[in-house]
Amino acid sequence: MLELLQRAAPFLLQALWMTVWLGLVSFILSLMVGFVVAVARMYGPWPLRFPAIAFVSLIRGTPLLTQILLVYYGLPQLGFTIEAIPAVILTLALHAGAYTSEDIRGGIQSVDKGQWEAGYSSGMTFAQVLRRIVAPQAVRVITPSLGNRFITMMKDTSLASVVTVVELTRVAEQIGSASFRYMQMFVIVAVIYWVINSLLSLGQAKLEERMRRAYR
Amino acid sequence: MNSQNSNLAGVPHTHPAGVCQIRAENIHKRFGNLEVLKGVSLTVNKGEVVVIMGPSGSGKTTFIRCLNFLEEPDQGQVMVCNLDVACGLRVASRERSSKIRQLRVKAAMVFQSFNLYPHMTALGNVIEGPIQVLGMRRDEAVKSGEQLLAKVGLADKRDEHPSRLSGGQKQRVAIARALAMNPEVVLFDEPTSALDPELHEEVLQTMRQLAGDGMTMIVVTHEVKFAHEVADRVVFMADGVVVEEGLPQEILVNPQHPRTRSFLRLVDH
Repeated sequence: MLELLQRAAPFLLQALWMTVWLGLVSFILSLMVGFVVAVARMYGPWPLRFPAIAFVSLIRGTPLLTQILLVYYGLPQLGFTIEAIPAVILTLALHAGAYTSEDIRGGIQSVDKGQWEAGYSSGMTFAQVLRRIVAPQAVRVITPSLGNRFITMMKDTSLASVVTVVELTRVAEQIGSASFRYMQMFVIVAVIYWVINSLLSLGQAKLEERMRRAYR
Repeated sequence: MNSQNSNLAGVPHTHPAGVCQIRAENIHKRFGNLEVLKGVSLTVNKGEVVVIMGPSGSGKTTFIRCLNFLEEPDQGQVMVCNLDVACGLRVASRERSSKIRQLRVKAAMVFQSFNLYPHMTALGNVIEGPIQVLGMRRDEAVKSGEQLLAKVGLADKRDEHPSRLSGGQKQRVAIARALAMNPEVVLFDEPTSALDPELHEEVLQTMRQLAGDGMTMIVVTHEVKFAHEVADRVVFMADGVVVEEGLPQEILVNPQHPRTRSFLRLVDH
């Protein structure tokens, strides 16, 4: 086992970096997607609102794996060829963005209507009230669910392995098949995922604690 | 239709140029099938304190909210100083929205439920508008914000968040926040109604002081004593119209309209 670990270490390290990078970039993009979709859905005129609702419904109603395969293997048939890594990032960002948009929508709606009125009555624009008054309060409400989304995202990056992206799960599979030691490799990789997500949970708890203090 | 005479209290109709006047003309507002305002007009001169009273459902809160477009009137016209916004067209244009924002700066609002920004300190609440909307430099905004907090007696609460303040203190911060925009008129929407009785006085005291400074104020309230002492004019509303309007001693002591009489019997004074 130790010897296997030693041999696999350089590959695992590289794969770990890929996994974390995939998760982080996709998560940040998903926040932007979620915010835009949430605002379009709540405040957009109907030509924006309808696509936003349809987008959320389609994404939530279909499996992530299907979506990844569709983007990577399906789109080239229509003339859109996307490299594996961008394809995965795109899909993860859109997928998580649909869920995040619902979190963000809930968070924004949880802010008292009087806050909008106070902002508007002092002459602020929609964007100013949203940015300065409503969003900072919504963020505190949304943080726990966004933390969970991030953790889910980290695990979902494993699906990138099916479209040839060399991340943790694919490395485990490759080394496992080359050495016939699948069990050991998948246990190692599972532990790595667990450690990443435990660290994230810890960070999430710290962040939530800080946000609770901020009102006092 | 609109037979209310808004010239009862000896207020002259014409004013020298440059003096700011707040005028609402023939304001109509409907929520679904309910016609809340059936053509309300009001003219308030600079430095005047006008108290609007009336039973709940009379439309007084809707009316004052129409004055800074928290409710969009279905019909009518709102004028604050030289800013004139016509309603009823419902055509949202950039130009109109920008005019409404300018009008809101001149007509600051104090809410029944305070609506302080909970994520900001008392000072943060006061300087937010000046920095974001008026484009004031932060150090200037802080300086005048501190002065305003001192004026409402809360200089020492500068760095407290609203959750640490009492209701009366919150409302005083809200008043400071309104004043920070350097408005032409302050609109008060039942400023003491959400407060415990023992906290009314500190807010009313702040408002008296403001009136004494010559601030133009339109106040929706049930505080008869306050109206008596401070108001230059009392407007009585019922069922979406102004039924009676005049000097406080006329309206509050010797009301002519039966709706005013029955209402005043009900509120203690």
